[in-house]
Amino acid sequence: MYQFSGKLKTFSLALIIFGVVGIAFSFYSGSQKTIEDAKHAIEASNSDAHGGAHGETAAPHGEAVNHDTHAEKTDKEAHASMIEAHSEVDAVHGNSHDNEHAEHVLHQLQNRPWSAFYVALFFSLGITLLVLAFYAIQRVAQVGWSVVILRVMEAITANLLPVSIIMALVVIASVMHLNHLFPWMAEGTVDPTSDNYDPIVDGKSWWMNSTGFLLRSIAYLLIWNAYRFFIRRSSIKEDTANDGNKTYKKNYNASVIFLFLFMITESMMSWDWIMGLDPHWFSTLFGWYVLASLLVSALTVIAFFTIYLRAKGALPHVNDSHIHDLAKFMFGFSVFWTYLWFSQFMLIWYADIPEETTYFVARFTEYKLPFLGMVVMNFVFPILLLLNSDFKSKPWFVFIGGFVILAGHYMDVFIMVMPSTVGAQWYIGIPEISALCFFIGLFIYTTLNAFSKVSPIPKGNPFLEESKHFHYYNIEHSGEESGDH
Amino acid sequence: MEASKVIHAFYTDDEVLLDAVKAVKAEHHHIEEVFCPFPVHGLDKAMGLAPTKLAITAFMYGITGLAFAIWMTNYIMIEDWPQDIGGKPSFSWFENMPAFVPIMFELTVFFAAHLMVITFYMRSRIWPFKDAENPDPRTTDDHFLMEIPIHNNEEVLTSLLSKTGAVEINIVDKH
Repeated sequence: MYQFSGKLKTFSLALIIFGVVGIAFSFYSGSQKTIEDAKHAIEASNSDAHGGAHGETAAPHGEAVNHDTHAEKTDKEAHASMIEAHSEVDAVHGNSHDNEHAEHVLHQLQNRPWSAFYVALFFSLGITLLVLAFYAIQRVAQVGWSVVILRVMEAITANLLPVSIIMALVVIASVMHLNHLFPWMAEGTVDPTSDNYDPIVDGKSWWMNSTGFLLRSIAYLLIWNAYRFFIRRSSIKEDTANDGNKTYKKNYNASVIFLFLFMITESMMSWDWIMGLDPHWFSTLFGWYVLASLLVSALTVIAFFTIYLRAKGALPHVNDSHIHDLAKFMFGFSVFWTYLWFSQFMLIWYADIPEETTYFVARFTEYKLPFLGMVVMNFVFPILLLLNSDFKSKPWFVFIGGFVILAGHYMDVFIMVMPSTVGAQWYIGIPEISALCFFIGLFIYTTLNAFSKVSPIPKGNPFLEESKHFHYYNIEHSGEESGDH
Repeated sequence: MEASKVIHAFYTDDEVLLDAVKAVKAEHHHIEEVFCPFPVHGLDKAMGLAPTKLAITAFMYGITGLAFAIWMTNYIMIEDWPQDIGGKPSFSWFENMPAFVPIMFELTVFFAAHLMVITFYMRSRIWPFKDAENPDPRTTDDHFLMEIPIHNNEEVLTSLLSKTGAVEINIVDKH
């Protein structure tokens, strides 16, 4: 049995408390923002080096940021004459346009604490969910090697319940108009008599309506948590069941059903929770893209906890080959993520259809460094670091590679969310860091707490012996004689 | 000096063969060659063979292919005749880079794969009209053969090999 060390418990609680304080502070300062602050922000950005080009980029800017208050211009024919109309507005009603612009920027400033929290929340929830899905895959594929780390994966999924509750609260808060994260939720977007009327959103309102959004969100969270609750209880039962693998088969069946439901809910979740931030934009492989990003992060987190717990002596049967296999998965899915990222980007870049391209225009003009830096962190770095077979079995190497991968995929979620909610007003400051600290602290606490509750070895699993003797042929395990294999 | 005589020990089971290889290595005899009908896991380790460097060559070949693709796309599409084809920006290589990625990827894989295979053929001396070097046709079906050079230690080797479960031990002149 593993003992949750007092030091680490204190550390994780400190992270949570620090996070809560930082989040509370950023929400407070976010609510204090006024139209004056917005005007200052506009002035500051105008005096920037790229400020000169601002007038020219105003047209794509207006289209890309969907909760723009110029919603009346968003019907398709108006798009064509948009640039013209825009410059006219600039010249004739210069003053009123300034105020509209300031109001728009004010919304972005007010969105920032919400978005910063939402990015970290979604990242944490997504990682936990994908660990659960990976765990279900191990059961369904009857995988031999990973049995000795199944309990690590199970422990990580303990994080699912708290983050699901927080996600449900954020969803409810959005539906109650406590934030401006989802522009299609704004008042009057589907009311033809309103100034805010948005025919594109109206056309999608059979899907994008608050009731449906709320019900679907709750349904996803319930399905995931139901499987997690069942499989955890049943997996512990498996240890002592001794019933001719009946419990094992029941868990197998449950995992098959979960994976089926997971693939559907994961796709819909990515439309609702991420693509819904940009209601004018759509991409068909988006669900897979989000899946790949979260899956590689989930594998990295599994590797981190496995390496840590093994170093603490809590996983007696985990050898270098198990680490090597996890690193292979991290490597492979990093490449898979890059493949999807590039496929989405290149198809849109190549055809350059304005209604699709605005998504990347917003990211390229205002997020160039994180947008391109993310590709280096999530592709170039893991490719070079984890290509060598010897490196993949060295825990500290996997740790360095994993750290960059996790930071890169945080950036990825950041770039999925931020341009649609805060636009050019982004920064990595107190709101972002404190939200991240809160969820990391929660992650460490729930995982290690759950891991210390039950035996780290799933004794009832029929593949346990195979997993204990798992050996990848060209790995020399540290401290092993050459005659041991 | 190359030994003119070798000993051929036959086995019918890969586990017995592995133990025999270990026993022979433990007595510090040099094993010239082992012939197997299929790959035996751990045989290279038991024989003490150095790991292959084929993966490293493949990496180099891949980089070569990537460099070739970059040079080719840059020369043809940007430097030699930078036309406007469907509005794609051909002012510099980077601006049009996404369009070149598919060919960059394919050429990297192409170079890495084919040159590595050719390297493998060359290093293993395999080509279409090569004469087979098989000392006994049974080793392609169900027998394993260990070949040990003899340096005036015929009796020692024979008794050692017969203890390891060899089904047949022959002394052969090697030319």
